[in-house]
Amino acid sequence: MSMVPTLLKVEALSKSYGGVHAVRAVSFELRAGEILALIGPNGAGKSTCFDMLNGQNTPDSGRITLLGEDTIGRKPRAIWRLGVGRTFQITATFPTMTVRENVQVALVSYGRQLFNLWGSTAKFARDEAGRLLDLVGMGGYAERPCGELAYGDLKRLELAIALANQPRLLLMDEPTAGMAPRERIELMRLTARIAREQSIGVLFTEHDMDVVFEHADRILVLNRGSLIAEGSPEEVRGNPQVRAIYLGEGLVYDARHREGAGA
Amino acid sequence: MRGYLRGSNSQRQPRTAIQVSWFETRGVAALLTMRDYPTLILRRREAPSRRMKARYFTNAGPPMAFYFVQFLTGLASAASLFLVASGLSIIFGVTRIVNFAHGAFYMLGAYVAFTLTERFAGALGFWGGIVAAALVVAVVGVLVEMVLLRRIYHAPELFQLLATFGLTLMVQDIVVMIWGPDDLLGRRAPGFKGAVDFFGQNIPSYDLFLIGLSPVVLGILWLLFQRTRWGVLVRAATQDRDMVAALGVNQKWLFTSVFALGVFLAALGGALQIPRDAVHHALDLRIIVEVFVVVVIGGLGSIIGAFVAAVLVSELNAFGILIFPKISIILVFLVMAVVLIVRPWGLFGKPEAAARRTPGLTVNPWRPLTSAERLMSVGALALAAMLPLFAGNYALTVGSEIAIFVIFAASLHFLMSVGGLASFGHAAYFGLGAYGVAFLAKAAGLPMIVSLLLGPVLGLLGAAVFGFFAVQLSGVYFAMLTLAFAQIVWSIAFQWVSVTGGDNGILGVWPDKWAAGPAAFYWLSLAIAAFAVVVLRVIVFSPFGFALRATRDSPLRSEAIGINGKRVQWTAFVIAGTVAGIGGALFAYLKGSVFPDSLGISLSVDALVMVLLGGVETVSGAVIGAIVFKAANIWLVSQTDLSKLVLGGFIVLMVVAFPKGIVGTLETIWNRRRSTEDKKSALATSRVEVAE
Repeated sequence: MSMVPTLLKVEALSKSYGGVHAVRAVSFELRAGEILALIGPNGAGKSTCFDMLNGQNTPDSGRITLLGEDTIGRKPRAIWRLGVGRTFQITATFPTMTVRENVQVALVSYGRQLFNLWGSTAKFARDEAGRLLDLVGMGGYAERPCGELAYGDLKRLELAIALANQPRLLLMDEPTAGMAPRERIELMRLTARIAREQSIGVLFTEHDMDVVFEHADRILVLNRGSLIAEGSPEEVRGNPQVRAIYLGEGLVYDARHREGAGA
Repeated sequence: MRGYLRGSNSQRQPRTAIQVSWFETRGVAALLTMRDYPTLILRRREAPSRRMKARYFTNAGPPMAFYFVQFLTGLASAASLFLVASGLSIIFGVTRIVNFAHGAFYMLGAYVAFTLTERFAGALGFWGGIVAAALVVAVVGVLVEMVLLRRIYHAPELFQLLATFGLTLMVQDIVVMIWGPDDLLGRRAPGFKGAVDFFGQNIPSYDLFLIGLSPVVLGILWLLFQRTRWGVLVRAATQDRDMVAALGVNQKWLFTSVFALGVFLAALGGALQIPRDAVHHALDLRIIVEVFVVVVIGGLGSIIGAFVAAVLVSELNAFGILIFPKISIILVFLVMAVVLIVRPWGLFGKPEAAARRTPGLTVNPWRPLTSAERLMSVGALALAAMLPLFAGNYALTVGSEIAIFVIFAASLHFLMSVGGLASFGHAAYFGLGAYGVAFLAKAAGLPMIVSLLLGPVLGLLGAAVFGFFAVQLSGVYFAMLTLAFAQIVWSIAFQWVSVTGGDNGILGVWPDKWAAGPAAFYWLSLAIAAFAVVVLRVIVFSPFGFALRATRDSPLRSEAIGINGKRVQWTAFVIAGTVAGIGGALFAYLKGSVFPDSLGISLSVDALVMVLLGGVETVSGAVIGAIVFKAANIWLVSQTDLSKLVLGGFIVLMVVAFPKGIVGTLETIWNRRRSTEDKKSALATSRVEVAE
């Protein structure tokens, strides 16, 4: 295990707004190929944490080391250039372009052709875009206008866009929010498969405990800005503090899980 | 080209006070310890009489007193500015409409107050007339709100700005119809006719009255918003309109009353100016540009911001004239630039709420032309190229002008629809290109080809400087800032007489022999227009074009895939400015001269109307829009004296009834017809609605 390189190292990250400590001295590590879930009730500091990793927010103190580079103070686009793919809680895509063009724009940026005034985008990295869309199962939708897609398909398209820069780390903010149960499982299976195959580290926040306990290798639990538990799904599920916070949500999970297994 | 803003009939005094400058020449006035002297020079274009000179040049006081008086003059000027700006801010806060017609209401206030104060004698007649005038105009404002604005509250801000600009145009003609084209000098205020002596410097007592008035108005507004139920509702609506509506507040009534208050303040600002300033039909644009600068600096929606910025801008004017006597606007520009860098939402403003749909965001995914369409375009171009075979010289000149405006409109269209950046001051770069040519051809004596190639570089430089600041903002702030920049360039062209010739322009910019004939020049313009349109289309489909669309579609996502949105938009701004400059360069040769007009607001709005007429959300809209608008405009000016009234009404009608423009409307009809034939294909081409 120690041979697997550390992708992301977070040390004593803190952020407060006025008197409110949104995030307090949070530290953790993420290794290549590992799927790490960040959970916690509303207001626990998940989004603040995420925004700081992503460069949209600056911490008051602490260190973030991504692939050996200090990322604090860098813009999101600079962090992207380090090899970080990102999906959003509410999908952010380019609605006036086709599905393929959405991915092509990301590839244009990755190929540093953003200020190319003369080439043809239609011909640019067409096959690579097709390959990425096939990977997420969207190959058949390549020429569809993005604005017409169903929400679940948009999520998959976002994943394809996030993979365009051959990332080493994927940051996914509530990747399955707003999706139907079956779609959730499919999307997370797909993500997990890609992550394992390409040895990409994944950090995601999630409210759906089914998704978390089924796919995460390790779980971080935040409450009121502090990290209160960390470990494998089994360890976290057995943690009385976590149970207290979630008011027995683990039981609900167990019941549902058994039902699902029986069917 | 004489803009419709100027009026083309000869009875009107040509080049009236609109050029007196957007900032009053008050600074110079104070320098000479009098007020109306330079205004009179510029407006009346006659030398001051010896008596006037004697009256105004005699008392030069000690420097300290002079600076103090200068300071007070600035404060007095701030009063009207504050009234109008606070009205604009209040209206924006609640309705999210940037009311371009605010300047028109200011002007109406001045005219109505002139009539009332002339009619009723005595102190009561005067002060009653001032207040009554503001009330009368507020009633007009209520009518406008109920008839027009209620229909466009949910339209993109570009359409709101254009509709209220259309209103402004209409008011300009109506005012001339009622009060005539001449300047009107109003009564002096009873009780404030004299001047106060301050160490040998005269301060008009009316100025002191105005200085005292603005804090009082500020206090009344504060009480109104803090202590009344209505004020609480307005503040709540400013923060969250939808929530206030959900709480059962009658929104219609609230919006109407807020609009009435805003218009009342504007009209009061106008009415109070009568004793200081002549009333004329170009007051509206002068004040509105100043007000835009004030609210950009102070922050839209903030009354305190309007107050502080009004004082700041007026003082900068008053003292700027001492530092840069020729081009005093530069100081205001510098301050505005610094404020925008440090606080992009103004000194007291808050970041704008999530932007509404930008125009162009509801398009079908763009595609290159099919081969049939390509063939049709080439055919149309070939047809256009055959015009000299059967048309006379006049038609060819008109044709050249249309081709030039196709270039201009296409460049703005690129910026607006692909970039999502609706510029209200695009003429600046058109005009800079024209001046660039004029400098090169006249001063440096370069041949035409070289001037044509290098002239647009001035447009490029202007776009690079102003675009850098403009793209830091978006939405209405972007629109107002581009407008202010354009007006600054215009003022420089107008005031820096030694370089630009000022109002007299630069004459004798004639094409070389090979392009001097109408047919040759037409072919040249047509070829350059075709080339420019093709280049812009290539850019639209280039990787850069996609990066630009990506930035427009989703700033969040584009940043997350490594796109530097501001730099992409800046580049687009520079491209659009350069292409506009190419149009301007040709325009200079077409007219043989360059005037500040070719940088003016009217030209910027012409371009917006062309794009809107053709259809913002279409690819070919600008070309069609430019042809139709220019042809119609030339025809209209030859047919009626009320071209502004007709054009303004037309703009309003278009925004309300045909927001998609000619091409967009045709496309919709075409799609609807197809959908009855084949429902499935209609589904595929249905418009893409964007969920924010």
